[in-house]
Amino acid sequence: MSESKSSNTVLPPEISANDDTPKPKNGFTRRTILSGIGAAGIAVTASPVFAATSVIVDTELVEQSAPPAGTILVSLTINGKTHALNIEPRVTLLDCLRENLDLTGTKKGCDHGQCGACTVHINGRRVNSCLTFAAMHRGDEITTIEGIGQPGNLHAMQAAFIEHDGFQCWYCTSGQIMSAVALLKEPWGPEDKDVKEAMAGNICRCGAYPNIIAAVQQVRGNGGSKA
Amino acid sequence: MIDFQIVTAESPSQAAQLASGSQTAQQGADIRFVAGGTTLIDLMKLDVEAPKKVIDINRLDLAKVEKQPDGTLRVGALVRNADLAHDPNVVRDYPVLSQALLSGASAQLRNMATTGGNLLQRTRCMYFRDLAFTDCNKRIPGSGCAAMGGLNRTHAILGTSDHCIATHPSDMAVAMMALEAVVHVNGASGERDIPLADFYLLPGTTPQNENVLKPGDLITYVTLPAPIPNAKSHYLKLRDRASYEFALASAAVIVATDGGPSGGKITHSRVALGGVATRPWRSHEAERALDGKPANEAHFRAAAEAALRDAKPQSGNKYKIELAKRCIVRALTTATAQA
Repeated sequence: MSESKSSNTVLPPEISANDDTPKPKNGFTRRTILSGIGAAGIAVTASPVFAATSVIVDTELVEQSAPPAGTILVSLTINGKTHALNIEPRVTLLDCLRENLDLTGTKKGCDHGQCGACTVHINGRRVNSCLTFAAMHRGDEITTIEGIGQPGNLHAMQAAFIEHDGFQCWYCTSGQIMSAVALLKEPWGPEDKDVKEAMAGNICRCGAYPNIIAAVQQVRGNGGSKA
Repeated sequence: MIDFQIVTAESPSQAAQLASGSQTAQQGADIRFVAGGTTLIDLMKLDVEAPKKVIDINRLDLAKVEKQPDGTLRVGALVRNADLAHDPNVVRDYPVLSQALLSGASAQLRNMATTGGNLLQRTRCMYFRDLAFTDCNKRIPGSGCAAMGGLNRTHAILGTSDHCIATHPSDMAVAMMALEAVVHVNGASGERDIPLADFYLLPGTTPQNENVLKPGDLITYVTLPAPIPNAKSHYLKLRDRASYEFALASAAVIVATDGGPSGGKITHSRVALGGVATRPWRSHEAERALDGKPANEAHFRAAAEAALRDAKPQSGNKYKIELAKRCIVRALTTATAQA
């Protein structure tokens, strides 16, 4: 925990030291505007359970004081960076990523492990982040789409999805790409039908499947495992 | 989801002790173990499960597959479904189990779901999963069964009662029934072995009780007996989609023959069914119809007829009787046709 005092402190996204995501010049994004509306304009609607009670904390303060009632201190390593948070036990890894850490590349689709939009890697293996509690992942290496590649430095799978038009609305795409990157290390056969089976846990309601398979096969052919 | 306390267990005995205060280990348990979370967390989001305390057992040293000196295979309760499916011992000696595991769920879920958790997988009965329905004997004992007069196309035709027709959804457990697996439990009062054949309860008048586990019982290992020499096997799963779907009918078959002409005579057989029964279903009736008989389609069909003789269909699932029969015949044909 000692090294976490400076670099691991979770900062609000607008002052995050190593956030190199391009931002609009006026400082507004669709997300910040919608978030503002959510906080002020629709407060009377049922808010997600985590919003009111989960707190992002400075680790120095955490070490000096007990977590707020109902929360527990959890240290998570995400994309190589350690974050200390006070969260309720019921916060899923998916909600923690999106709502507490603003890593919104990971999407919530069905929230029941059926659609694959929330796919992330835990210790290099793909999982549905909606079906696991964040508090269960102390010490695990978690990788999200933000840790796979960035604009200007895309992972080969991201580039292949763009080249092959492996999407329409984009909602499932980060989950598709996280699955596709993971399957490169899994024992699947070389055929298109093997890719279809390997990717069965990622639903695309736009129906971009043929293009997704083409993208995955291109990357496998360019050094991916065919075993 | 109501909030709960989460505790990380450091040892199997500590986990058992922590859970021993639960009123039950069955539906309505106020203390639950969580491993992969793929069933429990799903049901907690639906408020079908609402434990006050959840014990995270993922740090326990129960994730190994170990060949034992006596030829058995000891599978740790925390071995993930994907790892078990690809374990060299399982691929070589128990291919029916590997096939069953790989036919279930998705790659993501197989990376999460564990051996112990899969044995405790809960039914996909939509009336059980939806609190809008107040008549579900499994959730609310004595409240009735919405499925019997409702949409029951996916429901059970074997092992049902007047109180419950919910189907057990596991593929892995069906293969393990055929393999005569043994479940090792670390309980509040010590360790014990439970043959899988004795592990699951029929619904009867108490469908809320699905197995013999008591409060504090933690599944630690599953042991697979040494493989049957020269046996061939196959797992066939029939479903609405080719992938990522629960079985409408499935069959795990293991067959050994004497090597005689035209397929030879069957010396040893195992038949277990999934997707059609209230628990993973071993059919001794089918096996009796096969043992000592020539391995040909006429006897496969006789075995299938025997297996489904006591089937009791509902309004929407009569088709499952013939589907299950054909599933058995096809699985036996595929298994015995292997080189």
